Amino acid sequence: MTDELIYAFPEPAAAEPLTFDQEICIGCNTCVDVCQADIMVPHPEYGMPPIVLYPGECWYDGSCVRVCPEPGAISLNSLSMNRVHWKRKDTGEDFFL
Amino acid sequence: MAAPSNPLEWPYPVEWDETSSVATDVLVLGGGIAGCWAAIGAAKRGAKVVLVEKGATITSGAGGSGCDHWESAATNPCSRVSPEELTEALIDGHGGYCNGISHYIECREGYDRLLDLETMGGKIRDTEDEFQGAEFRDEDSKLLFAYDYENRFTLRVWGSTFKAALYNECRNLGVKVFDRLMATSLLSLGGQQGARVTGATAVHTRTGRFFVFAAKATVLCMSRPARLWLFSPGMPGVSEFRPPQCNGDGHAMGWRAGVEFTMMEKSVRAEWSGDRSFPPYGTGNTHNTWYACSMVDSTGREIPWADRDGNILIDVSQRYRPAQGQRLFLKGGCEPDVPTYEFQGPDILPVEELLQQGYKLPFYADLSAMSELERKAIWGLMVGEEGKTKIPILENYTRAGFDPDRDLLQSYGEGWQSGAFPPQERQLFGFPGGMVNDWTLRTNVTGLYAAGDQLFASNCHGHAAATGHYAGRHAADYAASAPEPATDQDQVDHEKTRAYAPAMRTSGTSWKQVNASIARIMQHYCGATKSEELLTTGLDALRDAKDGEADVLSARNPHELLRSLEVLNILTNAELVMHACLARRASARHLHFMRSDYPEVDPPEWYKFVTVRLENEAAVEGELAIDYFGSLKENYEASNGDYVGAASK
Repeated sequence: MTDELIYAFPEPAAAEPLTFDQEICIGCNTCVDVCQADIMVPHPEYGMPPIVLYPGECWYDGSCVRVCPEPGAISLNSLSMNRVHWKRKDTGEDFFL
Repeated sequence: MAAPSNPLEWPYPVEWDETSSVATDVLVLGGGIAGCWAAIGAAKRGAKVVLVEKGATITSGAGGSGCDHWESAATNPCSRVSPEELTEALIDGHGGYCNGISHYIECREGYDRLLDLETMGGKIRDTEDEFQGAEFRDEDSKLLFAYDYENRFTLRVWGSTFKAALYNECRNLGVKVFDRLMATSLLSLGGQQGARVTGATAVHTRTGRFFVFAAKATVLCMSRPARLWLFSPGMPGVSEFRPPQCNGDGHAMGWRAGVEFTMMEKSVRAEWSGDRSFPPYGTGNTHNTWYACSMVDSTGREIPWADRDGNILIDVSQRYRPAQGQRLFLKGGCEPDVPTYEFQGPDILPVEELLQQGYKLPFYADLSAMSELERKAIWGLMVGEEGKTKIPILENYTRAGFDPDRDLLQSYGEGWQSGAFPPQERQLFGFPGGMVNDWTLRTNVTGLYAAGDQLFASNCHGHAAATGHYAGRHAADYAASAPEPATDQDQVDHEKTRAYAPAMRTSGTSWKQVNASIARIMQHYCGATKSEELLTTGLDALRDAKDGEADVLSARNPHELLRSLEVLNILTNAELVMHACLARRASARHLHFMRSDYPEVDPPEWYKFVTVRLENEAAVEGELAIDYFGSLKENYEASNGDYVGAASK
């Protein structure tokens, strides 16, 4: 099997844990290196943001955001079902994440 | 960047079938908190050390992204309990079903590890004087305390600084770190189950290259089993509390190698999973990281706190004090899961009682009702430093406008939970089962040591750190005089065939389908109430799943192979749990263990550790006295005559 070409099959995403700002990201792949679940791969094109191949396997620990040398390049998105509610104490105004 | 819809050519070199061989004195499997400390402990003893980690050691493990409090630091200069007293409290608080050895190590050496961390660049005290004047701060040492402010044995820490410091220390000490390598099996003398362990095999999760490690001593430092009852095919990464790759590979490898386990029959009704609950520490509550937050009901009425005797506590400060006549209380991760009056700490009144008194749902955390320093200690220090709170909770909530000075954060469940689980959805939480250990943290198998979540009745960060370092140095001592390890080539060849099998198939079942099958079987046959017939049928169902699905698992690249091998380990762990449940023919309250065919709870003749292990591929039952570890202080000192911790220097 050594000589055969193999492929990555991107998963249809149940969620989109990460978004990259292509204007800010320098494609250094530091986030790829530190992701313990290994959900990203480097983009085949030099300098481009990595590809999130396995979005469903994200643990949402934010290590990628913490190590990113270009603040704002990566956003860790909350799962839409996790829109936690809070209320302003003095006005009663409601907010959702 | 979102994934493209077409297949991509695999971006890493493909090295299927290529093999690397590595020899070392001490092999550490697992690069989380326990694994890094084991490597450091062994390397400082002069051993040549290899560390193998499935992810990236700089962040990997359940404690890789943070830790907000360090429990059982009984030797810190402000502590008012001795390691002996605190360990006895932990044992009694769990009805005796506790690892006296590992928790004594935690109580005795945990603070030494914190001092070590400080020299590596970790932050363990309030050096910036942010909390000057707080009642939970010692002004001389600048240490901050959590929970029991009188006895001061749990410390608030800046744990997001820890993992990178540990990783760098490993590198500085010459530990050879292999990231993205999944250990697949333990090698043994003559390939025999139960014989001396002589190393391990591994597969690279990006290239598929095979690795053979020969080691004089091996330390297993992997996670407790997970994804046994809980699995989310859509979002497998948040199926459980811990990271997706923390699924118990070490338990499965150990079981296959003949390691003896105990307390594997213990599981609790699930407390957290991404499918049912909000992110940990991300909702209003009064426990753990959020202890002892003020709460209000939906009308703004303050929710009362009470001590263990039901006396209402007037001010916030009392929530951090033992009750009248109480020596100490246990909180945080070491809170007894079945409340024990002797160590029960303050809490809000039970929800049912509050509703009867006219309090209205939902309840909210009201940080604004606390003093500025208490508020900052919860929101900013603990929520920020704990687990994965820094980015998804502290940063994202703040960016969305949450203001702890003005806003009430909704609560969605009781205790620390933010969801409700049916009884058949279970989890290994609250001092779960694991490998049996002696006073050197060696398992029953020669050459094999265990630390952290690999041990029975394991706990959290401080326990992993203390036992990791301890196991590492004892493994190094053994390796110093151990014979050279001989690798059994037949065993290696057999394992290579097994490990590569999913990659050899061009079609078959996906790992997600197999994991979902296992979870269904465990819920049906190993739920809240068990019986011999349920469990034996469950074992048949697992065998059927193995023959029908696991044996046709298919992986199209090394990443899918990693997930496939994990799910085979999960299947093995499911069998281990079923065997352990069959072996305890009595119900046990502290083990959350109910047998319908043996309904008497805690009959005296079953007050013991029941053990299971594989011998010639058959499960063998055994038992150990509940106090098999003997005198804590004497046995510890007999095994560690030359140890001098940083705290006593």
